[in-house]
Amino acid sequence: MITKRIIPCLDVKNGRVVKGVNFEGLSDVASPVELAKYYSSCGADELVFYDITASAEGRALFTDILTQTAKSVFIPLTVGGGINTVADFDRVLKCGADKVSVNSGAIRNPDLVYEAAKLYGDQCVVISADVKRVDGVFRVFAKGGRENTGMEAISWIKRCVENGAGEVVLNSIDTDGVKGGFDLEMLDAVCQVVSVPVIASGGAGRIEDFITLFKTLPKVDAGLAASIFHFGEVKIADLKAAMAKNDIPTRL
Amino acid sequence: MIALIDYGVGNLFSLTSSFAAIGQEAVVTSDPEVIRAADRLILPGVGAFGDAAKKLRESGMAEVVKSEAASGKPVMGICLGMQLLFDKSCEYGEHEGLGLIRGEIRPISEVIDPDLKIPHIGWNALLFKKDSKLFKYIKEGDCVYFVHSYYAADCADSVTATAEYSAELTASVESGNVYGCQFHPEKSGDVGLNILRAFCEI
Repeated sequence: MITKRIIPCLDVKNGRVVKGVNFEGLSDVASPVELAKYYSSCGADELVFYDITASAEGRALFTDILTQTAKSVFIPLTVGGGINTVADFDRVLKCGADKVSVNSGAIRNPDLVYEAAKLYGDQCVVISADVKRVDGVFRVFAKGGRENTGMEAISWIKRCVENGAGEVVLNSIDTDGVKGGFDLEMLDAVCQVVSVPVIASGGAGRIEDFITLFKTLPKVDAGLAASIFHFGEVKIADLKAAMAKNDIPTRL
Repeated sequence: MIALIDYGVGNLFSLTSSFAAIGQEAVVTSDPEVIRAADRLILPGVGAFGDAAKKLRESGMAEVVKSEAASGKPVMGICLGMQLLFDKSCEYGEHEGLGLIRGEIRPISEVIDPDLKIPHIGWNALLFKKDSKLFKYIKEGDCVYFVHSYYAADCADSVTATAEYSAELTASVESGNVYGCQFHPEKSGDVGLNILRAFCEI
């Protein structure tokens, strides 16, 4: 039986992990390579590296770090942030990324998903959508959640999947940072219309939130979170043990 | 030395890194001399069967792999590389494979529950069907990482492990000195590295 995936997300700026982390036994807590190794050893099923660098120098540092990570961590690695062209796909795939996540790039250039899927295969293209309710309608937001594109989110995600996106990361801006649980209503709406894996993001605060997610929405394939893992509020080993105890298929 | 067969398909970065991590020298090559000198061969592959089979033939690598396999050298196909070891595939028309393992490649949609997602993607547990040298350092139930929409069928004699996805899908095969993994050992953490380690000891 296919297992539900647990995915820590690392925001990387100028070659360093942005959000402060505090782990015992980790000598350099801001080193993405060290943190990736640590998560892999704790049982993370996959990792997401999100490049939030703006400068060209920072970008070169990022690919350098990606290469080092892919040399020492042998679980799937998804890379996002600043992916606007097929050349950006090429750049990160050559450094060891397995999947590439597009967000604003797909909003600006609707053909990007199609072109990348044709070149690298559907399994390589992840559509990452920041979604927020506006007057009761799910809307796609751009620029890290700051700008309302006005597009209706569910149909937009469906279109991206039709164009070849092999996976969807749904980040609910409404629940993000609240730590009150995943946005089950929004996730359900997406699961109804796509047949590719859906990764829940935004809102996890404790182990029970993941249990509720997978029990309520069996079609959700994975749960993604950042700070609760980085700050040790949720330990991946504990989370996976709790999932197994609740009969949720888990890789232990 | 391990030769990773380069025929213009896929990214060999992770595979090369995996062998480095277990202290084995792996060379990405399409040079028949280097391949003949290698102790073991890995046939990688991603993408569509027809296109990859064509590249394998046109690069001359198909003949080299076949003759090396016939000489008794351990050969392991990974993912699409495993599928290419079979007689044929029906992915977008019928395509001929290397014929090193009996059987054919068919869509998983023919056998799985229609509600399940395609591709079969993620970590799934290995169910052992037969003893294999590749399993020396792993145990039944260990999870490995899959990404595929087609599977090896009509090959009961060579199946060493399956993965349950409403149907039992071929996960690994072995026929003499020819081995194959449908999953990606280079993306399957320590379990994957241990499979590669076992292959290096054959």
